[in-house]
Amino acid sequence: MRFRILLAAAAATVSLAAGAAELVVGLSTPITSLDPHFHNLTPNNSLAKHVFETLTRNDEQQRLVPGLAESWRTLDATTWEFKLRKGARWHDGAEFTAEDVVATLKRVPLVPNSPASFAIYTRAIKEASALDKHTLRFRTDKPYPLLPNDITSVHILPKKIAENAKTEDFNSGKAMIGTGPYRFSEHVSGDRVVLVSNDKYWGPKPAWSTVRFKMISNSAARVAALLAGDVHMIESVPTADIPKLAKDARVTLVSAVSNRIIYLHFDSGREKNSPFVTDKAGKPLETNPLRDPRVRKAISKAIDREAIASRIMEGQAQPAGQLLPETFFGTSKRLPPEKYDPEGARKLLAQAGYPDGFGLTLHTPNNRYINDEKIAQAVAQFLTRAGIPTKVEAMPSAVFFSRGSKLEFSFLLAGWGAETGETSSPLRSLLATFDTAQGMGGANRGRFSDAGLDALISTALTTIDDTKRGLILAAASEKAIAELQGLVPVHYEISTWGMKKGLSYKARADQYTFAFEVRTGR
Amino acid sequence: MTVYVLRRLAQTLLVLFVTSALVFGGLFLVGDPVEILVNPNADQAEKLRAAAALGLDRSVLEQYWIFLRGAFTGDLGRSFVFGRPALDVILERMPATLEIAFLAMLISVCLGIPLGLYAGLRPADPLSKTIMAGSILGFSLPTFWVGLLLIILFAVELGWLPSTGRGPTVEFLGLQLSILHWEGLRYALLPATNLALFKLSLIVRLTRAQVREQSLLDYIKFARAKGLPRSRVIGVHLMKNIMIPLVTVIGLELGSVIAFAIVTETIFAWPGMGKLVIDSIFQLDRPVVVTYLLVTVFMFIFINLVVDILYSVLDPRVRLSEAKG
Repeated sequence: MRFRILLAAAAATVSLAAGAAELVVGLSTPITSLDPHFHNLTPNNSLAKHVFETLTRNDEQQRLVPGLAESWRTLDATTWEFKLRKGARWHDGAEFTAEDVVATLKRVPLVPNSPASFAIYTRAIKEASALDKHTLRFRTDKPYPLLPNDITSVHILPKKIAENAKTEDFNSGKAMIGTGPYRFSEHVSGDRVVLVSNDKYWGPKPAWSTVRFKMISNSAARVAALLAGDVHMIESVPTADIPKLAKDARVTLVSAVSNRIIYLHFDSGREKNSPFVTDKAGKPLETNPLRDPRVRKAISKAIDREAIASRIMEGQAQPAGQLLPETFFGTSKRLPPEKYDPEGARKLLAQAGYPDGFGLTLHTPNNRYINDEKIAQAVAQFLTRAGIPTKVEAMPSAVFFSRGSKLEFSFLLAGWGAETGETSSPLRSLLATFDTAQGMGGANRGRFSDAGLDALISTALTTIDDTKRGLILAAASEKAIAELQGLVPVHYEISTWGMKKGLSYKARADQYTFAFEVRTGR
Repeated sequence: MTVYVLRRLAQTLLVLFVTSALVFGGLFLVGDPVEILVNPNADQAEKLRAAAALGLDRSVLEQYWIFLRGAFTGDLGRSFVFGRPALDVILERMPATLEIAFLAMLISVCLGIPLGLYAGLRPADPLSKTIMAGSILGFSLPTFWVGLLLIILFAVELGWLPSTGRGPTVEFLGLQLSILHWEGLRYALLPATNLALFKLSLIVRLTRAQVREQSLLDYIKFARAKGLPRSRVIGVHLMKNIMIPLVTVIGLELGSVIAFAIVTETIFAWPGMGKLVIDSIFQLDRPVVVTYLLVTVFMFIFINLVVDILYSVLDPRVRLSEAKG
């Protein structure tokens, strides 16, 4: 047995040295389209970023860094100037210029049948003009500080492709011409995508001559494929396998706190007859205790976040006290996770007029976030212990989000990934007053509303100065969480990648898996 | 016979219509695809745009009517997720499913009938007892568990076969097939075995039971008394009579192995229709789910028709024109 392991280890080292040219990656979710502007979905975007590039991009901590743009600045509150990189070339050899960007921006909102459009990132740009080959100017209607963050999702195409190519042309590979470190080679729907290195890349030389992405959605099978040596790297390592893999000499694990928070949302909109609030005997309760911030604070105090992070998440979560981990932009230094204090919770409930508590049902998806249903079960047990008998109803996310948006729940568990990497994203979607015309509160499924908080959020969203905006966002976080308890943060998910020994990867907060960031050696 | 076939085809149309209505209505009740498809960061305006782009802003009856009108011209709608005609998306994945399904049926028939015969002819033999005990394990162990076990044993521990995915394909009669050469077949062996296990056990048990029952009947005794060689008694007289129930079961099982290879395909990351339909259900990609079920229903009806025709070949007493329904 020991001899065989030795042999296997020897074989592994040899194949790594000889086959260093190829990298095989096991992905957890299937890529649905190669058109970089068709379906705004993490696996699609992740693949697109190998072939295409964006003007600005995020580093592994989601801080903005230059991409195809070398620098940018505001000329006045509504005009932005971008200086583009010289010497970047398309895979067909043509030079990259500002005209390509202008044409790309025109295509983005017009892709037919798009189920999730990228127009949400280009909408603020009312006018784009190329001053010369390497200078661009954007005009917005209102001051819009998030413009450089938004365009990290806008993949730039060559002008003639942006003007003519259809979604089918990308899927067939014909239109897959970008400036990125890898070129498209093969796509078998639902199975694999193969890329080859772009030797004329303007940046650091790609480390792999071939990259093969295999779609392996079953997590146990993904781990087995890594152990069998069929893939060199996998994403979304299941929490249950982490202790075992951490001890395995064949495997390296890397992880990072992600931009996704798991939180509890309350029905704070309805004054009466919230659908799943009952008295202790289970009869519907006329008043809605969840409108009282003291009750929400009591619920927050009743939850032992450390226990959830260590037992249920196997250490793959960090207890949360605000909307994003402190290292992100616009967070507050004054919001530690709420301490576990069941006595304090009971006292607050008594103060709010519910000394005997009341009954609740917690609704949760069961296939969307890491261990979502188990977390909900734990939360329900903590609340039951604190005097709020809580039932859990779990359902697939396809059902959960439809019902949640129809306001059918009183108390729900959900998650939010801050795509922009800063606090305005969760603030405006989860906590701002629901307002279709302004595009605010889009995922505010509890209809939380506070005029003071709304004012802070809209000031932040029009403040160009980064330092000032950061302070306003931090103040808004403090108001939303510590003062108003608009939602109760549970934890931030930690994402983990598994690799064959000898490879290294800078784990990313945005959960993207980038082959061009995978290196051999330390 | 022609009348019989035509009548069956007319019934098919009715069944397809009812299926489409049920699935359409069912998925409508499950949830709103827009909630799942749009990026979570999208605001209300983007949700409205997506609903309009996918035709989901109309009433459900209107949507169904548009679907029916399209269906009569052969257009079953466009996948929300892939943005391509749903039928194309499914047909593209079909060869992958068909090849492991046929491989699995081949394994189960080629192993199952001989093993069942042996166990039926020599019921007291220790080997027969082992076969029968094995068959109980075969259909009581859950597929996903056996699948993972196969991966751990043959791919992780022994390293003989690849753990997941489909091998390189070659074009054959316009289909992309991987099992026609060794490199591709290596990938197909584990999923096909996993898929075959249940069917194999079923065929073993069914064959054995038939053999035991038929061996005691008068025609077998008579054939023996006539002094026919044993091989002819078993190979011709016995085989012909045990084949009728077997053909029915094999036919139905072939249908189910194609339609419900979902678990195996998911575990082995086999890019077939089953994996596609699971992903589509989770994303509420209604055109793909509806089309998939229509294709499946059609396939079942077709297989049953073939089985009925085979009956009349195996047993001259069966007349197709007399059969009702």
